[in-house]
Amino acid sequence: MITPTNALLDQHVPARAAFSTILEPGQTLRIIDLESQQAVDALFYNADDHGERYSAQDTLLAQARAGGRYDLTTGAVLLSNEARPMATIIDDTCGFHDTCAGACSCESNTVRFGFETKFMHACRENFLTEIARYGMDKRDLVSNVNFFMNVPIRPDGELTVDDGVSTPGGYVELRAEMRLLVVLSNCPQVNNPCNGFNPTPIRCIVWAA
Amino acid sequence: MLDLDSLTPDQYRARYNQLQERARARAQAAPPAAAPPVIAPSSIISTASLPPEAYITLKLRRGEALHIETQAATTGASLMLWNADDPTERYNPGDTVKLQWTTRLTTGRVLFSDMGRILASIIADSGAGHDPILGPSTPTTGPHGGTARNGRDNLRNAAAKFGLNRRDLGPSLTLFAALRVDPHGRMNLAPAAPPGSFITLRAELNLLLALSNTPHPLAAAANTGPLALTRFTAPPPAADDLCRSFSEEAQRGFANTDAWFR
Repeated sequence: MITPTNALLDQHVPARAAFSTILEPGQTLRIIDLESQQAVDALFYNADDHGERYSAQDTLLAQARAGGRYDLTTGAVLLSNEARPMATIIDDTCGFHDTCAGACSCESNTVRFGFETKFMHACRENFLTEIARYGMDKRDLVSNVNFFMNVPIRPDGELTVDDGVSTPGGYVELRAEMRLLVVLSNCPQVNNPCNGFNPTPIRCIVWAA
Repeated sequence: MLDLDSLTPDQYRARYNQLQERARARAQAAPPAAAPPVIAPSSIISTASLPPEAYITLKLRRGEALHIETQAATTGASLMLWNADDPTERYNPGDTVKLQWTTRLTTGRVLFSDMGRILASIIADSGAGHDPILGPSTPTTGPHGGTARNGRDNLRNAAAKFGLNRRDLGPSLTLFAALRVDPHGRMNLAPAAPPGSFITLRAELNLLLALSNTPHPLAAAANTGPLALTRFTAPPPAADDLCRSFSEEAQRGFANTDAWFR
């Protein structure tokens, strides 16, 4: 039985903060939405070749070719820009994770929510700080996964950020399919419903293969 | 100015709901006519014919436009844009769909970069539909299943012609490919765009542009005809320019864009 007592890592990530770790193939990462309705923005890189990184388009293309949906849940295989499996979602209490809407930024906030939001904290600030530790920069930011973020695409094409559907203690669990750098931003956004207008902490647990 | 860090969750929600209501009202307004642009012969800078499976790189200055028109039934064409003055700034599909509250990109809509600026405006469009979600064909996808040149590798080679590499290629936009999401959330591609389908993009920053005449990865058939390209000097935007006034989000995006040149 997998329990936190045999975890390799058990990290409390405060509201609005960034976190990163490297997973060996077969290791699992559980991201726990402690208080509910907390978006967690995620990027993935081949830990040995950062030019290979998560590709939302390759991932959704594979789902579309299999008759699947535009969102992610258990069974989804996160593919790289070389169409190779990076990670598999092996457990999920939420049932819907977005990978179409990207991460919030100071710059996009000015467009979406008005110039008065320019200096509020944003996920792309977290990402830039965190990937710099691995020698990467803005060129390396690509469309990400938004765990626990509810972004319906309706048949008329409308795309909105709606109230999250994750419950307190809900989690998503990933198995690494390669040596994997995982970069997370515990989303600080308060201008849309992705965090219930109130960013809260998350917990990340890594287990051995 | 609002003290945004001190609002209550209910106040933030009220602000969001107002933005959403206005975006929905805008989306329900009558769609613009699908008329081709008027291109004065004296405004034409260059023309080109892009064969199936091939790609082209172009530099477009702010204020120039590129008219792209299908010459045969076409099942996709992959497009990538960078800011020529700082190629770390590039097309961002997440912001493009999120900031405009829609995945349906047509006349009046714009293509956003990752910096809250507008790379290009769609000043004319025949309505064939364009897919911001699924990206180019790849070495193992597309109607030839990997035996033909594919969109992903074409875009990489195009990027290389600008001195860029795969790190500079985020997700791209697939023109002439209408991806529809059904009520169950499943994704389906509409039939091929007919000959004479077009889109006209006006550069709002100085652009590096890559275009690949390769089909959408879900397409059943390959592209059989060239894309006719016309690069021309766009008329200066009038005070009531459709793209510059289409939504409040676009207006703020243009304010950010115009500031780049001040």
